[in-house]
Amino acid sequence: MSTVVDIRNLGVSFSTDAGAVKAVDDVSLSVQSGEVLAIVGESGSGKTVTAKTILGLLPETATTRGAVILTNREGTRESDIITVSKQRLREVRGTDVAMVFQEPSTALNPVYTVGWQIMEGLRAHGDVSKQEARAKAIDILGRVGIPDPEERIDHYPHQFSGGQKQRIVIAMALVLNPGLIVADEPTTALDVTVQAEILDLLRRCRDEFGSAIVLITHNMGVVADLADRVAVMYQGVVVEEADVHTLFASPQADYTKKLLAAVPYVGHGTVKAAERAAARPTNWLEQPPVVEAKGLEITYPGRFGRPGFQAVGGVDLVIRPGEVLGLVGESGSGKTTIGRAIAGLTKVTGGSLKVLDAEMNGIRERNFRPLRSRIGFVFQDPASSFNPLLTIAECVAEPLVIHGRAKDPRAARARVDELLEAVQLPKAYGDRYPHELSGGQRQRASLARSLALEPELLIADEPTSALDVSVQARVLELFAELQREFGFASLFISHDLAVVDLVADRIAVLYHGRLVEEGTGIEVLGSPVDPYTQRLLASLPVPDPAAQAERREELRRLREAD
Amino acid sequence: MTAASVTAVPKRRLRDRLPVVHQLRQSVGLQRGMLVAGLVMLTIFILSAIFAPLLAPYGFAQRKNDAGAFGTQQPPSLEHPFGTTVGGYDVLSRVIWGTQTAILVIIIAVLLSIFIGVALGLYAGYFGGWVDRVLVVVFDAIYAFPSLLLAIVLSIVISGGQSNLWAGVLAAAGAITVVYIPQYFRVIRAETVRIKAEAYVESAKVLGASNSRVVFKHVFRNATRTLPLIITLNSSEAILTMAALGFLGFGIEPTAAAEWGYDLNKAQSDVTSGIWWTALFPGLAIVFTVLAITLVGESLNDLADPRLRGRRRVAQAAGEVAQTSVVPGGALYAGPGGLAGLEDGETFDEHGIEVKR
Repeated sequence: MSTVVDIRNLGVSFSTDAGAVKAVDDVSLSVQSGEVLAIVGESGSGKTVTAKTILGLLPETATTRGAVILTNREGTRESDIITVSKQRLREVRGTDVAMVFQEPSTALNPVYTVGWQIMEGLRAHGDVSKQEARAKAIDILGRVGIPDPEERIDHYPHQFSGGQKQRIVIAMALVLNPGLIVADEPTTALDVTVQAEILDLLRRCRDEFGSAIVLITHNMGVVADLADRVAVMYQGVVVEEADVHTLFASPQADYTKKLLAAVPYVGHGTVKAAERAAARPTNWLEQPPVVEAKGLEITYPGRFGRPGFQAVGGVDLVIRPGEVLGLVGESGSGKTTIGRAIAGLTKVTGGSLKVLDAEMNGIRERNFRPLRSRIGFVFQDPASSFNPLLTIAECVAEPLVIHGRAKDPRAARARVDELLEAVQLPKAYGDRYPHELSGGQRQRASLARSLALEPELLIADEPTSALDVSVQARVLELFAELQREFGFASLFISHDLAVVDLVADRIAVLYHGRLVEEGTGIEVLGSPVDPYTQRLLASLPVPDPAAQAERREELRRLREAD
Repeated sequence: MTAASVTAVPKRRLRDRLPVVHQLRQSVGLQRGMLVAGLVMLTIFILSAIFAPLLAPYGFAQRKNDAGAFGTQQPPSLEHPFGTTVGGYDVLSRVIWGTQTAILVIIIAVLLSIFIGVALGLYAGYFGGWVDRVLVVVFDAIYAFPSLLLAIVLSIVISGGQSNLWAGVLAAAGAITVVYIPQYFRVIRAETVRIKAEAYVESAKVLGASNSRVVFKHVFRNATRTLPLIITLNSSEAILTMAALGFLGFGIEPTAAAEWGYDLNKAQSDVTSGIWWTALFPGLAIVFTVLAITLVGESLNDLADPRLRGRRRVAQAAGEVAQTSVVPGGALYAGPGGLAGLEDGETFDEHGIEVKR
């Protein structure tokens, strides 16, 4: 075992509009060959900056200190990335260290074939003939699991799925056989079932290609699945470094403990859901449902005579008063479309959807507008769901003003203060602008706004997926508390089974616009019937290395059974 | 709840929030130099327009004083520092009075095109439909016309051949308006289409807000952030069009107002006979004004884009480590940022760290 990269006392400062900012402070790390080092931390902890330093990819506004010693695979060349010339840096990139980016659809150039993009790296480093380069590219595509590489090498990026694109990005990183691969959130943009496949591929990179991997992630499940050693970063410093089993079994630093405690586990919410179910009145089932869909179909119109795209087809679901229905599915499964249809943002094109006793199929906006005061909506991204030019108080007061409960935002201030307190924000925050709040605070203000009119139905579209894990835990807790207090019915949309499990009474699983499974948390998560649900559940990495190894085996069996 | 430990964030001072002043404070190095130079030149231009009656030694149509007629094509002297023209006017006075005409054209042209362009852009962008398609086609067609041709036609229509001050100014301003409405329209329409899809507009819709409320409260105020840039760049073109009209003989009669383009036209034959002062000074005035406005516009443009904005390098290991969201519920320190510091898809926290989303 030799050291591939040795980071010594690294410090990085950026110059920003608000003066100097230190992103990384005195970090020392080293990676041995054939090892996966995971750097975990929340947004702003400096993990990405540390990783980018290894490739010399920092922007011009950065000033660095310390040393990053990179050794090539043979151990014949050592270079300090911080001081080497640009010429040398170009030589080192690709051959000694390569990068896998977060978003595969933007990391590939859409106007060139994938083969051209792989060969570009080969030709940049050394004299390779076209045939040789092509043969190498085909070989590497096959090895990362692209079927029919001879043919697909001439395809363009848009002809591949998201998971395949990420495989191609990994192939580009592997083609020069570098000793080190830096993977920056390689699976964050992917669905959970695809994530499992990419993690398998990265594991093979280590085992078959012998590359060391620096894995940047915020997902503790991914860490447990792939990493050998873990460095936890917080506010620019490494607070804990240990091998993966030790870290999960007995975390030392307080921060690590908090971080691990905040990660949602599948199965934690079922007890609470059972309690809630027991507390319901006996005639609850006879009450008229808040939302009732029968054979719901939603088709997006196609352009210029082309057939439309059916996003949702034949979905039946019911939400009763005071009940939380969790809607789970991967991207493109139609879960957001259903949520938007219930809120009247997307037209229903077939079947029946009854919201608060109004038939949404063919409803006119004028007739639906009065009902809107009884529906709340929480958006996915708290950063964009507030008008940046209005203060938080003005934003929260908006529903009150629109529906005539208050003359202007100032008159509604007393109620706004109450609402802010209900979501545990100090009253003074009402005078701030949205960008002056952190993501979690903004999402809480968003909850306050949606609850301002005390709606009977709250639609929450991935309310926590833009948040860090510790913040997510807090927001979910608050959601459960508010639900208990206000007693609204809710459609809770998420791609994360563990999150849905924490808050939902019943869980519905969507796959390609169809409802494949529905039931209580115990039924769906405990003994899933549908093969897709089974695969979804098995793909979800758990933050426990030992348990995750078992699950991996199970997932492999499931895949082979298909 | 941890809210008890919240520290108050000082309200941003007025000087940080004013549009140009904020950029001035933000800029460094060459960009600051450009902006300052542009602002100084622009101030000189505006001041001389306001105080033209005090600054100019003679009236713009004055050919004689108590001592008798000025004489034609007199070289620069103490009485006439920039000499006199072929018509017997004082060049210096006409250059100074010309600023008034120029500023009038800018104001009228920009006001007209901004109101029409923004209103149409908002409507077309937000409601779409056939109105949008027709407007886009019409405005694209206008791009195909040479702006000077339009200006000439308009000046004939408006002034009917006579050219007093207002006819001349309106002709130039009207021509510029027609050419610039499409620019404002396009910018505002594109912004509106983008903002229409933003979550905050959707959230207003979900709350049941009426269309007019959404358009004016949410879309309009967010769509107009780029306007100052187009205004500065268009103003300089307005002056050039005005001068070109005057040069081609569609300008303003010298007895109605001073106009640089007209003076240049009359100075054409002087140049060949070695009389340089009648052409040089009005020409310099045009260059000076256009340069001033362009400098301001370009540097505002650069400063608005964080990738083009220059920053001072920081010392090694300088600065505070940024607070991240570890306190359950998120960081307790809110950031300064401000409207101008807010880029799409990122926010700034207490120490100005860019938090990408």
